[in-house]
Amino acid sequence: MTTTTLATPTAGPGAPVGLPKTQSSALGHALADSRVLLGRNLKHLLRNPEQFFQAVSLPMILTLLFRYLLGGAFTGGGQAYIDYVLPGLMAISMGFNSTTTVVGVTNDMRSGLVERFRSMPATTPAVLIAHVSAAVLRNMLSLVVMIGVGLAVGFRPHAGVGGWLAAIGFLLLFNITLSWIAALLGVAATTVEGATGLSMILVFVPYLTSAMVPTSTMPAGLRAVVDNQPFTPLIDAVRKLLADAPLGNSVWVALLWWLGILAVTVPYTLRVFERRARKRR
Amino acid sequence: MISEHAIEARGLRKSYGEHKVLSDVDLKVERGTLLALLGPNGAGKTTLVRILATLDTPDGGTAAVVGRDVVTQTAAVRELIGLTSQDAAIDEMLTGRENLVMMGRLFHLPKDAAVARATELLEVFDLADAADKPLSTYSGGMRRRLDIAVSLLGSPPVLFLDEPTTGLDPRSRQALWETIKKLLASGTTILLTTQYLDEADELADRIAVLDGGRIVAEGTADELKRQVGTERLVLRLADAAAVAQALRMTGGTRLDGDRVSVAVDDPGQVRRLLNQAADAGLPVLSVQLHQPTLDDVFLTLTGDSAGEAK
Repeated sequence: MTTTTLATPTAGPGAPVGLPKTQSSALGHALADSRVLLGRNLKHLLRNPEQFFQAVSLPMILTLLFRYLLGGAFTGGGQAYIDYVLPGLMAISMGFNSTTTVVGVTNDMRSGLVERFRSMPATTPAVLIAHVSAAVLRNMLSLVVMIGVGLAVGFRPHAGVGGWLAAIGFLLLFNITLSWIAALLGVAATTVEGATGLSMILVFVPYLTSAMVPTSTMPAGLRAVVDNQPFTPLIDAVRKLLADAPLGNSVWVALLWWLGILAVTVPYTLRVFERRARKRR
Repeated sequence: MISEHAIEARGLRKSYGEHKVLSDVDLKVERGTLLALLGPNGAGKTTLVRILATLDTPDGGTAAVVGRDVVTQTAAVRELIGLTSQDAAIDEMLTGRENLVMMGRLFHLPKDAAVARATELLEVFDLADAADKPLSTYSGGMRRRLDIAVSLLGSPPVLFLDEPTTGLDPRSRQALWETIKKLLASGTTILLTTQYLDEADELADRIAVLDGGRIVAEGTADELKRQVGTERLVLRLADAAAVAQALRMTGGTRLDGDRVSVAVDDPGQVRRLLNQAADAGLPVLSVQLHQPTLDDVFLTLTGDSAGEAK
């Protein structure tokens, strides 16, 4: 220990605390706290090789794998396989990336970090907002990587500016919603091992879709399931938008599904978070 | 209304389902003093701290920190307290400085003030050399110091330290004690929980013994020791016959095998007892004067549950 005096309580007990504090509304504080914590999440991304691998290398590998290893065997209806499969791979890759969020949230809940935030003037749910924001940015990075690699190996989208913007809008909605679902799983898990298990839902469900092959090739029973779950219309909508193909109703079905899920997931996640955070670990 | 106590709890009750954790706990901590909350595992220490630090709500009773109610004025209380829990709540992937700056900003310090405060605390806690190294290179004692530094970022007048030295080596423990004494000297009110009696003896102005969810004793270390008894003279004797004779003569109690313990109220009594033994030709092998320690207090007051916790 040094011999300097502890510069703590500049003020005596009960006297006004001597440090300058930023004055802001509750919302202003919530946003500022989320930004500070997002900075932390982004440092994690840059310092953790596994996380970086998952966000950058995995999408690259997936794209190349499906283009060269499997692409030759598939012959879609006049469409190059890479054009068919890339939107599906985007959903699959975001599912993979979600594991980072699930485990990260559970870690913070279990490690005492959330408890510490609760004992401070900080806005506690900012922890979740930061995790979700980091996940959204991570997924965007993955998407850019996939599209870039895709274009280099033959991905030829026919969409105009409007089609691209609409596709990006859908991917963003999907991205944000999926990240909140990941946060919910992270809050719900009671152990980090459990969190890893729960996150497998988000890894595998995107495979049970039209991501890799059209649903018309599937047996009737499976097809009924795959056609009527939220991932398939989303992937179909993005695929059709990018290919500038006739849209049908998949766009509206996808929009309703994912806006609906988002509207339910966010408040529910925050409620479960408050309840779990109060509990003794 | 401002109370003269920095921490005040009245009739606190808390149950988790059927399990009663706190029943009717009263507690007062005077400003600028350290109260050690002493108790075995499962006595309810952490639950009590969690309620006082606004992390949990009591089923009954009231509590206030610097006059602010911990249930109805949580935001005001959170501005006034610092909390260090049992496991270090710091980010493993950041450096010590990054942890402090981040937490400082969450205390709503402006960025430059957070940076300055981080530098200041790193210096005070002897972490300046390791400030920019990742936490994975920190020892247990360094982590604990960083953890306490974090809880001081907002210059809180009231500090809760939940078993701060658990798991530390003796040197780190000693260093942490020095830090706590300095904090106390600078006017901070501290509520510290511990299972270690020497820690309470060393640091506390007053000690409250919590057992089975109740405060079973409260006072200064000396008061508590006096409560358990005065000094005792312990005689070790040569054989069973001598033990029996000594017991008859002194009215003492047999400790184990060949030792007899006698309560003594004043030094004169020690002399009289030894003279008596010599006159009677009692074969005394050794003589020991035993002062009550907080261990005696602890074991006497907490009964079986303390034994369980060992």
